[in-house]
Amino acid sequence: MSYHGFKSYLPQQDLLGFALLAILLLVIFPLSMDIFRLNLVGKYLTYAFVALGLVLCWGYGGILSLGQGVFFGLGGYCMAMFLKLEASNPEATKIQSTPGIPDFMDWNQLTELPFFWQPFHSLTFTLIAVIVVPSIFAYFIGVAMFKRRVGGVYFAIITQALAAILTILIIGQQGYTGGVNGITDLRTLKGWDIRSDEAKYILYFVNVAILFLCLFAAQYVRKSKLGRLLVAMREREDRVRFSGYDVSNFKIFVFCLGAAFSAIGGAMFTLQVGFMSPSFVGIVPSIEMVIFCAVGGRLSLLGAVYGTLLVNWAKTSFSESFPELWLLAMGGLFIAVVLAFPNGLAGLYQTWVAPRVDKWLANLKTPRPLTTNPLESRS
Amino acid sequence: MLTKFPGSKKPHSSLRRRILQGMLALPAAMLLSHSALAASTAEVNTTGLAVTDSTVKVGILHSVTGTMAISETGSVQAEKLAIDQINAMGGVLGRKIEFIQEDGASDWPTFAEKSKKLLVNDKVAAVFGCWTSASRKAVLPVFEQYNGMLYYPTFYEGLEESPNVIYTGQEATQQILAGIDWVVKEKGAKSFYLLGSDYIWPRTSNKIARKHIEKLGLKVVGEEYYPLGHTQFNSVINKIKLKKPDVIYAIVVGGSNVAFYKQLKAAGIDMTKEKPLVLTISVTEDEILGIGGENMVGAYASMKYFQSLDNDNNKKFVEAFKAKWGKDIVIGDVTQAAYLGPWLWKAAVEKAGSFDIDKIKAASPGIELTTAPEGYVKIHPNHHLWSKTRIGHAQLDGQYKVVYETKELMEPDPFPEGYQ
Repeated sequence: MSYHGFKSYLPQQDLLGFALLAILLLVIFPLSMDIFRLNLVGKYLTYAFVALGLVLCWGYGGILSLGQGVFFGLGGYCMAMFLKLEASNPEATKIQSTPGIPDFMDWNQLTELPFFWQPFHSLTFTLIAVIVVPSIFAYFIGVAMFKRRVGGVYFAIITQALAAILTILIIGQQGYTGGVNGITDLRTLKGWDIRSDEAKYILYFVNVAILFLCLFAAQYVRKSKLGRLLVAMREREDRVRFSGYDVSNFKIFVFCLGAAFSAIGGAMFTLQVGFMSPSFVGIVPSIEMVIFCAVGGRLSLLGAVYGTLLVNWAKTSFSESFPELWLLAMGGLFIAVVLAFPNGLAGLYQTWVAPRVDKWLANLKTPRPLTTNPLESRS
Repeated sequence: MLTKFPGSKKPHSSLRRRILQGMLALPAAMLLSHSALAASTAEVNTTGLAVTDSTVKVGILHSVTGTMAISETGSVQAEKLAIDQINAMGGVLGRKIEFIQEDGASDWPTFAEKSKKLLVNDKVAAVFGCWTSASRKAVLPVFEQYNGMLYYPTFYEGLEESPNVIYTGQEATQQILAGIDWVVKEKGAKSFYLLGSDYIWPRTSNKIARKHIEKLGLKVVGEEYYPLGHTQFNSVINKIKLKKPDVIYAIVVGGSNVAFYKQLKAAGIDMTKEKPLVLTISVTEDEILGIGGENMVGAYASMKYFQSLDNDNNKKFVEAFKAKWGKDIVIGDVTQAAYLGPWLWKAAVEKAGSFDIDKIKAASPGIELTTAPEGYVKIHPNHHLWSKTRIGHAQLDGQYKVVYETKELMEPDPFPEGYQ
């Protein structure tokens, strides 16, 4: 990509936003927080992957999915299966009736490892599966829905049903999945203890690095012709169709991309938190993730990250201060967000900060026309 | 065969000794006062826990929001009551207990996050908390990694024995074997229908029950599981009517109980006639509040504590509990077990002469509590409690009448051989 090409994908103001976020995540947070808090931030950032996918699907493509937890969960479970197999070596599980299989299988009278667990002995397979399994799943849903022009509210309801179905499946098949408890007590990755403070620092930085890769990928989509088409589809789907585009293919693509982002988040979650449970797959967490995206501003990639951080930080600190009333405080926050700034944090930024930054940028160099706004507002 | 002796005369002699010691220690402690104790904070706390000259911080970690809040609130109340009472007696090693309460929000990952916060950030000396097995499984690696101490109150499936946990509820064999023996001996039961909610505790419990029933040469005529929150039990009730078991062994959990017992009654099964007899290990007085005494009357429950237990300890406990939390409140098995947590911790700290986790771990086995509402309990080397098992008969007013208790304390056996 030439320099000019690069510039058109990442205009000056966006570049500034990315740089500020990088400084915040890579310098300010690690220097100002102990490892416990930093690990929490790392956990929040794994949800940011989902919110990022939602910005593309919902904010740009107009596809509201209330089942992103499904993909987060699939990614997380793939990673958890690998880690669990490593933690269940015959040495560590010798008190079981069948040593060498995960503990919950032993409790459920399974005597050998089910066939679909076998490939998860391999890290390479696992890493591929983390992205491919959810993407293929999203592809099938996408084909089934979008080719038949199912959209809008109906699509949202169906994704919600999927989240409910997968939760019930995981809980019901506890011998194969760990049931309600989830897959717990994950210890090492290829012999590397993921529970140590050092590992948590490294995982945090790996997480931030991957988040930035996803941010750049999303930015690329947003600025490319595909991004324009998505906005066009969101506004007037018929016109795009009449112009000769196969609308459903674009929708399927962006839905799969959102699923892949979510799955990466899920896998990073498992690594940093040390377990995976069906409570991330269901309807409630899926809707929560939409809220992160809405608070950040559903048209802003960086907003998704800030929104996720803000909501989760509020959740943690409210619940630490008022263990019995914190849910009300969270409710209050959401109502305030919707009433006071419906376009989320990004909307606030755009109204109050962006004009000044533009002026400052313009003054800094020779006067020239303003660059395109980073947040294509609908108004 | 089922029970072992904890040492037949020991409780009494040790009680006497303890009272004497207490009487001697009281004036001595008053003379020594704070200054003497305060000087030793560095000694009693060598690992940097939140202990000062006059206070010690502990954590309370239960769900006070979400679906589990109904069940876990009783435990929070019991733990707060115990802490109040201990503080009124002068605290632990002369230090008042201060608690930090965190909400697990009925969400296992939140439990893990909050337990880490309590151990790493707040450096609490002990945590009283968790209720469901799932929440315990989620926090267990955290407690083991950061070396914390968890007092876990719920009766559960066993298959676990962590040095960082004291299990103050019964593990599955303690609760199950005595109950089945009782219905076989007293009621002449020959066939059983096993029923449960679909997760690890009911499944493991029924596995133990089935093995035990088959060992006795009797028959299990059916075994079925339904998802948590399931409310349609008509088909299984029809099957039960068809198979005519002597006993319905029910481990239905949470809200499903309401539907199950109402539908049982609606289907014409009158539990007071005991044909079939209903034996449960999952319905405490707390659950009956939701089910309604009229729907539960006649059923039997097998657990270690009932509110109606007739002894002086329990009378005092119930009175104090009602004085603090309101006179209409009911107290179930788990609430009582939660109440034991702070007391057992206090005893361990005093025995060890230190708040250090490793010393408490080492000091815990053998700790006795003669003041427990359920009677005498003692910590086994496997960190579970020796306790008696009792059979309660559900009454119309939502209380259980105790109809049987094991003569001896049941030995906790979280990895029962021959039952796996």
